Amino acid sequence: MADSTAWTRRTWLGAAAALGTAGCSTSDDRTIRFWAMGREGEVALELLAGFERENPGLRVRIEQLPWTAAHEKLLTAFAGDATPDVAQMGNTWLPEMAALGAIEPLQAWIDATPSIQPQDHYTGIWQTNRVDAVQVGVPWYVDTRLIFYRRDLLQQVGFAEPPTDWAQWQRSMAALKAGPVATPILLPTNEFEPLLALALQQDGDLLREGGRRGNFSGTGFRRALQFYLELFQRGYAPGINNNQVANLWQEFGRGSFAFYISGPWNIGEFKRRLPPPLQDAWATAPLPGPRPGQGPGASVAGGASLVLFKRSRVKAQAWKLVEYLTRPAVQLEFYRLTGNLPPRRSTWALPLAGGTTLAEDRHARAFARQLEFVRPAPAVPEWERIAQEMQLFAARAAHEQGSIETTVRALDARVDTILEKRRWMLDRAAG
Amino acid sequence: MASQRNSLAAWGFVAPALVLIALFFALPVFAGLVLSLTDFDIYALADLKNLRFVGLDNYLHVLQLPLFWTALGNTAYFVVLGVPLSIAVSLACAVLLQSKLARFKPLFRTALFAPVVTTLVAVAVIWRYLFHVKYGLVNHALLGLGLNPIDWLGDPHWAMPTIILFAVWKNFGGNMIIFIAALQAIPEDLYEAGRLDSAGPWALFRHITLPALAPTLLMVSILTMAGYFQLFAEPYVMTQGGPLQSTVSVLYLMYDEGFKWWNLGSASAVAFVLFLIIVSLTRGLMWLAARASRDQA
Repeated sequence: MADSTAWTRRTWLGAAAALGTAGCSTSDDRTIRFWAMGREGEVALELLAGFERENPGLRVRIEQLPWTAAHEKLLTAFAGDATPDVAQMGNTWLPEMAALGAIEPLQAWIDATPSIQPQDHYTGIWQTNRVDAVQVGVPWYVDTRLIFYRRDLLQQVGFAEPPTDWAQWQRSMAALKAGPVATPILLPTNEFEPLLALALQQDGDLLREGGRRGNFSGTGFRRALQFYLELFQRGYAPGINNNQVANLWQEFGRGSFAFYISGPWNIGEFKRRLPPPLQDAWATAPLPGPRPGQGPGASVAGGASLVLFKRSRVKAQAWKLVEYLTRPAVQLEFYRLTGNLPPRRSTWALPLAGGTTLAEDRHARAFARQLEFVRPAPAVPEWERIAQEMQLFAARAAHEQGSIETTVRALDARVDTILEKRRWMLDRAAG
Repeated sequence: MASQRNSLAAWGFVAPALVLIALFFALPVFAGLVLSLTDFDIYALADLKNLRFVGLDNYLHVLQLPLFWTALGNTAYFVVLGVPLSIAVSLACAVLLQSKLARFKPLFRTALFAPVVTTLVAVAVIWRYLFHVKYGLVNHALLGLGLNPIDWLGDPHWAMPTIILFAVWKNFGGNMIIFIAALQAIPEDLYEAGRLDSAGPWALFRHITLPALAPTLLMVSILTMAGYFQLFAEPYVMTQGGPLQSTVSVLYLMYDEGFKWWNLGSASAVAFVLFLIIVSLTRGLMWLAARASRDQA
């Protein structure tokens, strides 16, 4: 409320303080400023002990950002000339930071560092680190969406194996609905990732003309949206958002739903929060694919990358830090500390404490399979906003039973206005 | 000659304040107005050549944005419920504290004023605990009374009322102090005369206290309303605008546009639209007050 003035004042003070500290750290070339978010920021300290041992005299100063404020902080830091040397960055933010010219092109650095081995990385994830054919980041950990499901409930209705294509998936949901589970799948209406994953399984792109216009009225997205909306129309999915699910894990344990599309962090959560008798009852599987009989489909290539900032004065030292963090052994330690899945295949093949590898882990191995076919979302700075609009339109259609035709037309019109500036710039650049 | 020197001296005295106002108020406001006529965004941040003058497009865009109307509705809800509630609570506390029957006045005055001087973010975090659906003290009390627990901050119907409660609790102390000062200025003999005419406490309040407080009430209403229209920090800390955008306020929308999506052009337009709304409502309130006092006279 009347605090808006105080708030701006705080922002400026904060910016001034940040500028001040930036001034200090650039005066010596022995300190690397590293911005990391959320839980990763907390554990990075432990990871970095090894780096500082290896590089006596180099010091890493970690600054933790909460995820909810990270995006704003990065932009404000750029505007205020207070960017760090290295930062963790959600890979959907890379196009934006690249458009700003804030982050360093990395191809030359990578070429000079054989240990990074691009071909060891999952292809779809590696692609998200390229914007307009320029490499701007190195994957740090990966994120994708697949199905968490109740094995016992599926077996009860006669499905020994998880569904691998849409038709099987629908049949299993019909059987579950007729049997033990009234609403077999939970699709929170405020999460865009499930619909995005279904859309990425289709041929064709979500934007057309080089990211100048929306392509949501194309056949690919229509099919995905139709499948998505049918889940609500047939009553397989309750039309609720994730704030209305009081306790997701409890509800999953209770059998309120049998399928949930989610990411790697939920492996740990389900292990921790489900009671011991249910620990054998849940499992993960790759996302079913749209083509009958052809097995699982693609999913979202998410995750976080490490970037160097152009304004850094200690790029060589900062790159050493990036190189250290991308080593398979360090990535495995990172996985042990956070549960974040590693982006390099060789890390998946390293033995864990129990002697098995991550690729053999009961819950993680579905992710290893899924990661072999993940697709990046369109690499335009406006993407995050477009994805939210996409979900808003889809949620409205699910809620009001709107027609697919009007929904995709209206969505395209909305996306075209978001991309107007981009079109103008591209056209101007083209002459 | 003398008067010229006097006015020169007067200008000299006000000059520092005027310079500060010009530099830190007039100039930013003007810059904001100019900004609202451009499409300043991350592309323009990268290179000023990417900045375009778009005239009133931002305003048209904002007025066509469904979320803007949602935000305006939420803000109006907050103001319509919050301002009268806040004023009523401050007035009631002020009258109680002025009453001859009240004991330990300084203690209560300090205690009731305390929320105003605490840090908003810190107390908001505590309120989030109090109103937590599972571990919160409030739901614990509801259960004790045999009522069903309420998802205070997670239910779209309850989130805004919870924020209103929080804002009222946080702010009523300030107005209370203003009311206490105004109450102390009412001559005691008016009350004595009233009592001689055998007026009860309610009649005394209705016919002496309220009319005497009228100018103060008007000022407090205007200040509180203008402040409440700028709702931001409470939803930012407690709900992040959710659930289902039920606590997105106009200022929150401006923040999102400006600092989340970095569309500073349309964010400035939102700010100016809010400014116009506050100005016109304040004028309306003053017009009503003027008419009321004319009717009385």
